[in-house]
Amino acid sequence: MRALLTSNEAIAEAVRIAKPDVIAAYPITPQSPIVERLAEMIARGEMKASFVRVESEHSAMAVIHGAATAGARVFTATSSHGLAYMYEMCWWIAGSRLPAVMAVATRSIGAPWNIHGDHTDIVLLRDAGWIIGMAENAQEAFDMTLQAFCVSEEVNIPFAVGIDAFTMSHTAEVVELWNPKLPERKQAYRVLPTDKFAVNAVTMGKARMKARYDLALDLENSAKVIERTDGEFGSHGGLVERYRLEDADYSVVMMGGWCGDAKDAIDILRKEGHRIGLLRLRFLRPFPKKAVKELGGEILVVDKGNSDLRGVLGIEVSSCGVEVKNVVAGIGGVDVGVDDFCKIFRDFLNGRINLEWYL
Amino acid sequence: MILPGNTSCQGCPISLAMRCLDEIENPVLVIPAGCSTVVAGLHPNSAMKIPVIHVPFASTNAVACGLSEAYRLKGIKANVIAWMGDGAADIGFATLSASAARRDDLITIVVDNEAYMNTGTQASLSTFQKARTTTSPLGKEDERRNLSLIMIAHGVDYVATATVGYIEDLRRKFRRAGEMKGFRFIQVHSPCPPGWRFPSEKTIEIARKAVASGSWPLFEYFDCKLRFSAAGKRYLEKKNRIPLSDYLKAQGRFEHLSNEDISQIERAIDEEWRILKKLTLD
Repeated sequence: MRALLTSNEAIAEAVRIAKPDVIAAYPITPQSPIVERLAEMIARGEMKASFVRVESEHSAMAVIHGAATAGARVFTATSSHGLAYMYEMCWWIAGSRLPAVMAVATRSIGAPWNIHGDHTDIVLLRDAGWIIGMAENAQEAFDMTLQAFCVSEEVNIPFAVGIDAFTMSHTAEVVELWNPKLPERKQAYRVLPTDKFAVNAVTMGKARMKARYDLALDLENSAKVIERTDGEFGSHGGLVERYRLEDADYSVVMMGGWCGDAKDAIDILRKEGHRIGLLRLRFLRPFPKKAVKELGGEILVVDKGNSDLRGVLGIEVSSCGVEVKNVVAGIGGVDVGVDDFCKIFRDFLNGRINLEWYL
Repeated sequence: MILPGNTSCQGCPISLAMRCLDEIENPVLVIPAGCSTVVAGLHPNSAMKIPVIHVPFASTNAVACGLSEAYRLKGIKANVIAWMGDGAADIGFATLSASAARRDDLITIVVDNEAYMNTGTQASLSTFQKARTTTSPLGKEDERRNLSLIMIAHGVDYVATATVGYIEDLRRKFRRAGEMKGFRFIQVHSPCPPGWRFPSEKTIEIARKAVASGSWPLFEYFDCKLRFSAAGKRYLEKKNRIPLSDYLKAQGRFEHLSNEDISQIERAIDEEWRILKKLTLD
């Protein structure tokens, strides 16, 4: 069935199909329509999940942490300040090796207040031990959400599905709603009243370090599961999408919804004879190191989230041992369209970019 | 319920209260950071004979809610217990309040030792008026927050105060809570020898003096009515109480108090009883 859906709505449809047991959420723009739609589906009897109305995002993550500990399939969604507020629990659910899926409608974090899109929120999750995906459009948001349940429950690592604020969360596109049968919920352990063990007691010596190492290693290896199951969830390319990269002397690296505009700009420059292509990162974690290392020629990373003057993806890509030019753009929802990308890419082709903020 | 040789301090009231968990069937314990984290055992050991899920401070009631919901959906009988100190009740107060307002099907037990003891006796919202702590070296200026009264105001299914000084009363309240459904809340007065500065063999004596001086009213609230518990009912009459100074002066944290200080505390205690008494009316 095909339907005209925003990425928020597409994610809600995917969650309905995944049949979670427990959903907990606190509203925040631009994520709210996801959980509103899920609440409606439950009220109409279209899905059977228990919807827990919490007083904060910290509690949203804590409720699904508890429910997952008891063996429930779980979902939440957030954005921006909500992600920052639940940050502590993001570490705990990952450290506890509990499968869970969260949608993040990526939005700027204050101050000052800004409800519009960039990636400064989702990059917060980098060190917490989550799988972090970033969709490009509503179809991919739908497919990735379904894959998220499958992969998370296979590797016992929580999975965040990113979509851009407004340009995706509130923009409708045609989505093919297919209806896969997901495997039954599985997880490494669950806690029942008949058990006599403690989870996450105070550790001494190497126990904490070993747990952190195991998580990092399993997160790294989750790439194989993502790639293996890619064909079952829309064949989007695994960790990356390579766009016109075959003979490229100039490679652009980006993630998220604005890659669509970047591709149009690349098409224009290709017509002019420039050998330029795009490596779209579908995942920030596990980081597609191999795909980055395979890039030839000059590399430009265009970032929507910064650490210092450098973009976060710029730092990530350069950590793979390649030389990187870096542009930070679109912070706080500043519109960057095809014309802007043409200008940025031309400057890149002409060697005029080292580290720039596109203001 | 809790094994001997655990890591609690000498005279620890929390380990006493933990023993009484055998009154509750199918318990699943959720414990945030605090003394109870340590008492329940260090990895890879567990001092408890029941499942324990350790969680961050403010998440306790929300994690317990998630567990309770999941068990309900899967048809698993469980009494999920959010077991916390007064510190977690402070930092997790919004979580606790939301859990109560939703009437989550779980038991919240606050072992209240009137300060952040696990981090070295810093003042909490439960810290008794004028008590010296490491963050109130001259004595805490403000009165303690009455958590149980706040929980009553949430319209929950069961609220009780208890004390390690009267174990039979405490056991009865654990048992009653365990047999009920809905949101159940018990605040257990837990005199702490190192934190309050009294000899470790005097935990029960101090706990009973708290009750006998009127400083810790014992009651249960359910079906829209407050009932004073038998162990402390007679202290509703002021003439039956021991002098407040007998309770306070047995503790190092109050050694600086003047008679005027004690009179001021007494007025606050009298006011608390006056409010509680009104809740006993039909």
